[in-house]
Amino acid sequence: MSERQHIASLRVARAVGEPVEGLALVSTEGFSPRYDLDRWTGLITKPGHKLEGRSIVDRICFFPTAKGGIAAGWAFPDIAAKKLAPRALVFGVTNPVMVQGAAFAGITLTEGWEPDALAVVRNDDLVRIDPAERLIHIYR
Amino acid sequence: MRLSALEQAMLAGEHGEAVAEALAYQIRVGEFFGAEDFVPITNAHMMGDIEVMGDSGLAHLGGFRSKGARCRVPVTTNARCADFAHATRLGQDEEEIAKEKRLIAHLQAMNVVTTDTCINYQTVYQPHLGEHVAWGDTGTVIYANSVFGARTNFESGPAALAAGITGRTPRYGFHLDRHRRGTFRVVVDTELDDLADWGTLGKLAGEFRQDYYAVPVFEGLRRTPTADELKHLGCALASYGSMGMYHIVGVTPEAPDLATAFGGAPPEPALRIGQAELDRVYAGYDVSDPGATLVVFSGPQLSLFELKALAERFAGQRVHPGCQVFVTTGRGPARDAEALGYLATLREAGVTILEGVCFYILQNLSEMRRRNGWHNLISNSAKLVNIIGAHRFNTILRRTDDCVAAALTGRVTGAQS
Repeated sequence: MSERQHIASLRVARAVGEPVEGLALVSTEGFSPRYDLDRWTGLITKPGHKLEGRSIVDRICFFPTAKGGIAAGWAFPDIAAKKLAPRALVFGVTNPVMVQGAAFAGITLTEGWEPDALAVVRNDDLVRIDPAERLIHIYR
Repeated sequence: MRLSALEQAMLAGEHGEAVAEALAYQIRVGEFFGAEDFVPITNAHMMGDIEVMGDSGLAHLGGFRSKGARCRVPVTTNARCADFAHATRLGQDEEEIAKEKRLIAHLQAMNVVTTDTCINYQTVYQPHLGEHVAWGDTGTVIYANSVFGARTNFESGPAALAAGITGRTPRYGFHLDRHRRGTFRVVVDTELDDLADWGTLGKLAGEFRQDYYAVPVFEGLRRTPTADELKHLGCALASYGSMGMYHIVGVTPEAPDLATAFGGAPPEPALRIGQAELDRVYAGYDVSDPGATLVVFSGPQLSLFELKALAERFAGQRVHPGCQVFVTTGRGPARDAEALGYLATLREAGVTILEGVCFYILQNLSEMRRRNGWHNLISNSAKLVNIIGAHRFNTILRRTDDCVAAALTGRVTGAQS
């Protein structure tokens, strides 16, 4: 980890949760725990999803948008209780349900990014999120 | 957030631990969105079933109940994950079904009216123009905002329950005038003859701008839409676009004309949708395996008129051997449809009617799919074919007549057949 170099910092518009660090999982497709996720394994199972077959467990997940959907309010605390939650959810654009679910589950969540995270962050980059400062630091 | 004296007392625990806990949670959400204060609500509608909330959610409800939580405004419940009359036949887990019953008992003890419907706006409560409510699921929200002109955000299960307990919700999003104006213009240049066409319109506009705060303004519709058509349009917009509101010029209450819908000079059309666009959607589904072993009319639950129309289509027919057909509806439409003979007609044709559930929420659905060897799921609901993806069905959207034909012949019909 000490060999990683800081490559960028992103400013986010809104954030909730505690400071967190983890490895990035980046999607160019939006996300919903109802539409896309097997909530008993933590795997993305929707056929054709950009992350099909990948696990969100303990990752810092970058999604451009939120899909749907009302389920995240209960689904996030459920997967957190099952130890299947991501460490954080970083959205370009999200919806209230994702925020309500993350706040209830104690999962860090941010919305809005500058510069565009999808142009900067790669899978397995080390990510540190400071919600109070509304900053995300990327290391590679 | 700016708190009233009552809210400060709530937060200080003067109205009980559950109220304080609920309000503190609402403040965390409200501060995320920059809400300046709370708005009182008259009604809440919450999702709460064991499939989505799991053991932790059940424990949370039990904890809230033990702290004396009691909803202070009418709160109803969304569709749940089991119709107890069919749970055994569907192979649902006995243990989970028992938990679902405990969950319902917790809710009822907290003064929640367990209606178990996702079409409360058709069957239970119709808020008026400007009325603030706290609703979920998303189909209920977009209908409330768009068709009634009521005001609500997407409120997840915990958020809607908290709103019911405190009687208020953070004032952000669609509670504010500035988020209710149109953001892009959609010209419709085709007949929309079937519920699936309305869902397809919602899919196309929803996919065009996947943004909660995007508010499409539709113009060019050739006739007055029915409540069921607006239901399918809204559910698809919410599903594909995560949208919470739309306008139809001359139809919905906050869009008497284009300029009013946009709060000023309207932009140029961003999207034009004609017959070719609809046909491309229907042609885009994978029917390389044309077998129809599962046809579902659900997501949202069917109204009485949808049940009637479906009964007329199935009357005197038999579902093809090897094909299973499911219809889901709420208790109210089911009682009426039973009395009117529609359900008997459907049952005689071999259709299974589930009450108080939506198909995609069913407990143990992935296992049910594997056990039954279901591959294709054919439906006239654009929402259903989108939302059910995690269970790994190959979903196919078809018009209602084509769905019925698939059920009767065992083969997918329609645009690509």
